Order: sequence, then C-alpha cells, then structure tokens
Amino acid sequence: MRDVAVIGFAEAPNVRQTDGTTNGVEMLVPIFRQIFDQTGLTREDVGFWCSGSSDYLAGRAFSFVSAVDAIGAFPPVMESHVEMDAAFALYEAWVKVLTGEADIALAYGFGKSSAGDLRRVLALQLDPYVLAPLWPDSISIAALQARLGLDKGLWTERAMAEVAVRSRAAAASNPDAQLSGAVTADELLARPFVADPLRAHDCAPVTDGAAVVIIAAGDRASDLCERPAWITGFEHRIDSGQLGARDLTSSASAASAGAAAGASGVEVAELHAPFTHQELILTGALELPDATRISPSGGALAGNAMFAAGLARIGHAARQIFSGSAGRALGHATSGPALQQNLVCVMEAR
Amino acid sequence: MTTPLSAPLEISFDYTRSLGPVLSQFMTGLAQRRILGSRGADGRVYVPPAEYDPVTFSPPEELVPVGPEGTVLTWSWQPEPREGQPLDYPFAWALIRLDGADTAMLHAVDAGAAAAMQTGMRVRPRWAQERSGHIRDITCFEPAGNEADGPAAAETGAVVPEENRDAVTMITTPVRLRYQHTASAEESRYLRALKEGKVIGQRCPACGKVYVPPRGACPVDGVPTTTDVELPDTGIVTTFCVVNVPFQGQRIPSPYVAASVLLDGADIAFQHLILGCEPDEVRMGLRVRAVWKPPEEWGTTSENISHFEPTGEPDAPYESYARHL
Repeated sequence: MRDVAVIGFAEAPNVRQTDGTTNGVEMLVPIFRQIFDQTGLTREDVGFWCSGSSDYLAGRAFSFVSAVDAIGAFPPVMESHVEMDAAFALYEAWVKVLTGEADIALAYGFGKSSAGDLRRVLALQLDPYVLAPLWPDSISIAALQARLGLDKGLWTERAMAEVAVRSRAAAASNPDAQLSGAVTADELLARPFVADPLRAHDCAPVTDGAAVVIIAAGDRASDLCERPAWITGFEHRIDSGQLGARDLTSSASAASAGAAAGASGVEVAELHAPFTHQELILTGALELPDATRISPSGGALAGNAMFAAGLARIGHAARQIFSGSAGRALGHATSGPALQQNLVCVMEAR
Repeated sequence: MTTPLSAPLEISFDYTRSLGPVLSQFMTGLAQRRILGSRGADGRVYVPPAEYDPVTFSPPEELVPVGPEGTVLTWSWQPEPREGQPLDYPFAWALIRLDGADTAMLHAVDAGAAAAMQTGMRVRPRWAQERSGHIRDITCFEPAGNEADGPAAAETGAVVPEENRDAVTMITTPVRLRYQHTASAEESRYLRALKEGKVIGQRCPACGKVYVPPRGACPVDGVPTTTDVELPDTGIVTTFCVVNVPFQGQRIPSPYVAASVLLDGADIAFQHLILGCEPDEVRMGLRVRAVWKPPEEWGTTSENISHFEPTGEPDAPYESYARHL
C-alpha cells in the first residue's frame, strides 16, 4: 500500500448568507486559488477530483456539474461526486490514490444552505416511507436525541452549554468561523428553547460555505509539503436509518470507525458535531481522553457549511500537523440524521 | 458591482414509490387502523417493520399487530410547525414505543403545550378520516386516557374488513420546497442586458473564448470570465431535434424544433426554438436571427427572445461550426 498524506486545505468564510449561486462557483474559485498557491500545484497536477454537495440544498438539478466549471474541466478530467459531505468524497479520492490511479487528488464540498429552509430540506434525507412524509426537521430530530441523554443522566443542559462556550472561544482564533467570542454557560442557559430541550447555542448555525483538501502519495507529498499529515486510518460506518431502532445516546458507527481507524491517542480531534450533545456522544464513542484538544477551529457549532464542514474538520486537523501543533490528529465527519453516518480520518506527522 | 438578480423558486414533485411486500402490509394495515410490526430473529418486534431482519437479513415471516397505545420514550417541542408537518399548530415530536414493540416509531403528539409532555407518558393514535395506506393515515398521537375530551378521536372512521380491501402497493408523497434562487453576477448582467434588447457574452481572459450566456468561470481554464462582449442576435443552427412528444407544460404544439444556436462571435451554442419554417426545413448550418417579443414585454429573462427564424442567407459551411458540435 502507498502512503498518502493531506498536503493542503482551504475553506471559504463560513457566513450566514452569500449572494452567490447555489452551484458554489463563487465560493470555490477563490479557495482553489488559495490551495494551489499554498501547495505550488496547478490544476493540471490533479489526477482525480471528487466533490460533495446536494441538489436538494441547491434547488436545482446537477448543480455539481455547474460547479465543475470552477475546476476547469476541459480537456476532460477524472472526476466524481458524492451526495454526502465532501469528507466522503475525500475517502473516494484516498482510495483512488491508494490504488495508484492518481498521485494527487483533490476533494471539495460546497453548500449554500441559505437558499432554502435547511431544516425542511434535511427531512428529505430520511427514510422515504415512514419518516420523510412527516417532514420531521433536523433540529427536532436532534432534540429527541438530546432529551434521551438528558433523561438518562448522560449529560446535562449545562454540559451542553459548556460545549458551545468552548466552541465559540476556540473559534475566536479561526478567521473563517461564523460564530465566535466569549460567552458563559449561565448566559446561554438563560435563553429560550428553539426546540425544547435545545436552545439556539445547541444547534450549529445555518451556513454558506465551501472547503477543499488535497492529498498526495509518498514522495510527492513530502516534496510538496514540509509536514504532510500522513493518513494512518480512514474508516466510515453507518447506523440504521430508523431512528427508533438504534440507541441514539451513543454512536455505534462512530465507535466502530474510530476503533478501526486507530483514533486512540490523538492529541487533537476535530469533530463534526452539529449539535452540542452530539460532541459529547462523539467524545465518548471515540474514547477521547480529557487531554485531547477538541475542535480547536470551533468545530461545526462555529460554522456548519453543509457538505463541506466534515471535510473542513479533516482540513483543520491536518493544519494542526502542518503547523507542528500536533503530532497525531483526527478529523471526523457525519452525515444523515442524529449522527447516522460517521467517518474518521486519523493523521500523523513523520 | 450591482446586486445579482434573485427570485423565489418553488419546486414541487409528487414522489410515488412502490412499497415492496413488507411495507405494503404495514401501509395496508394503517388503512385499516392497525399497526403492524415485524418479529426479528432475535425475538424483537420492529415497528415500523424491518424489510429485512437486521440480524439474519432474511425477510420477516409474518407481521404482528402492536399497540394501538404506546409509551413516549423521548420528545421535543415544535413551537412553530414547518410546512408539511403533521399539525399546523404547536405540537411535540416523539419516539413512541407501541405496546408489544421493541423499537420506537416517530410521530407527532398533539399535547397542547410542552408542559403537558413527559417522557414515559401514554399515547394513542388519532386516525385520519380518510385513509389511503400511508404513514399519515395516523394524523398524530394524543395523550391516552383522556376520555373526557369528548368522543375519542381514535374511534372515528370505519374499519374496512381486511378481505374487502386491496393491498396498498404504492404511496405518493408530495414534496414542495421553496428557495430564493440567485443568478450569478455574470448571468445577472446578461439578463439585465436582455431587458435592454442586447445580448451580452463574456470572454475568458485566459483562452479568449466567448461564452453566452456568460458563466461564472471558464470551464477550460477555471478562471472567472471578466470582459463583456456584445453579440449580434444572428447565428447558425449547429444541431437540432424535432420535438414530437407532448409533455406537461409544453407551450408550443408539436412538432417543433429545438436547436443549438451559435451566435456570430460566440464560442458556445445555447438552446432555443426555431420557428417560422417547417421542421423539415431546419438543417445544420442554417442561418437564423432572433425574433424578439415587443419591447414593452421585455424583462430580465431569456424569454424576451421568442424564438429564432431563418434569415434566408446561404448556410454556413460545416467546417465553420464543426468544433462546436
């Protein structure tokens, strides 16, 4: 097997609303320029491209094909797409590089959530027979999960608020974050419920954004990046689509993916937890000790660009390695309702 | 830079889905006011039924009735219901474990206020008057044991004897989503120019190709197209098809011609209608000119050009447009 490393990462500012199109080109063109400047690569060097996005979010068919304009796809390029967070596109890209079909691959994701009503759009990712026809929205479903843990005594509303406090404090050093700053748990707990038992601070904001990551094999990675983030484990797992048929207070799929990817002992974990209680579930499932730094970027609670935020978590974890701040880090991504699908990418310096 | 044009966009579609043998029984049961679950190899009863056993992956042998009452395992409060949800006034979402089931199903509970909700409370289904074999045959659940609330809504509607009812094999779920659709800055300039009766393309700064309508980025070079180019409203048909098939929303009686029109000076063709001649007179290389609607009808829309029609000039030689095919 070849060694593969993350060698570059860029993301668009996480913002509540852009005036760009839903095909993401306006957000993608600048970050492609950034990542090529960063790595010294040109688009001709990229052997495989893979994107994550959703036409339901965009409200138009084949929006990901329009996005291909941003990469310059003539003469034709080898390209693929997943209707999932782009972290899963990165997984596909990683397999392409592992199997020798490409030496350098680029994954990108984009989402303009502000174009529609995100809470309703996400109902369409549910089971189409017994769930989606009821239009349960994403926040209501997460709230069902939160109360299960509250009732069982697995976490408290204060513990959830503390997650938000830490996220916003960490995000103060991330110029691309949407929400940041100093708040206290008491202030947050004094605010009203959005969907009892969730308050606004428990829910990731609605975000427009995009992210891009480049990976490279072996010597190419070492040539292109001073401290490549070598991928030592990359796994994803899925739980049942029936919300009532699994234990929502834990995450069997995250635990399994984390164990298989070798998550134990990481110094930094960038977690894609769109809700405060989900960060608590994930730290448990991944068996992260207190010493692990959780989401120094602020995580998804500081900006949750749909279809890009999971990839951005891997990018931020890789940045910790690029900069020498960590020797071993993981990026996590989720898709689906209530942490249904989980992906873990473990990286290390050498 | 002026603000890009944007407009509301509503997308709706009725999704029809076949149910398969297991969900067919479940939905048929709902139409008869019965809730069915599947018994797994591990002895657990799954509601809604599992189409394949989660342990052995075999189809379930038979479905078993559960409920109708059940217990709320968890709930959340929906203070402002969204379009399409079970109730249009504040209600609770809940995972409900029906009596006899081991898993919980999601539905709404009409409890009046969050204060009336409680984990562990007992609920029963409120059946829709008209039932078709759909999860929404259950309007919602309601607190059980409130007989004082008048004639129990749970008792409305007649049970159709099983033998008199065809199995439900399909469901239809209408989906309607609303967006604010935004045109790109380049598309916005194009549409605003059309309102003035002009056709604007853009030139790629790297390769020099002219795109009309202008795009956010040159697909060859991946760079934004920046230089506006005004184009004439004449061009050629590069390729075309004769539309003979009627479809929903069709505005022109068939047969008619939809063609790729390459404007003079442009490097990419766009699709438009060719009218003003018989369909069998349309050919590759045909010279055409835009037929505009009256200026007072112009807006920021491609519909300002009603269609293209032949100019009567000699056809363009194949070599002149071969690279655009």
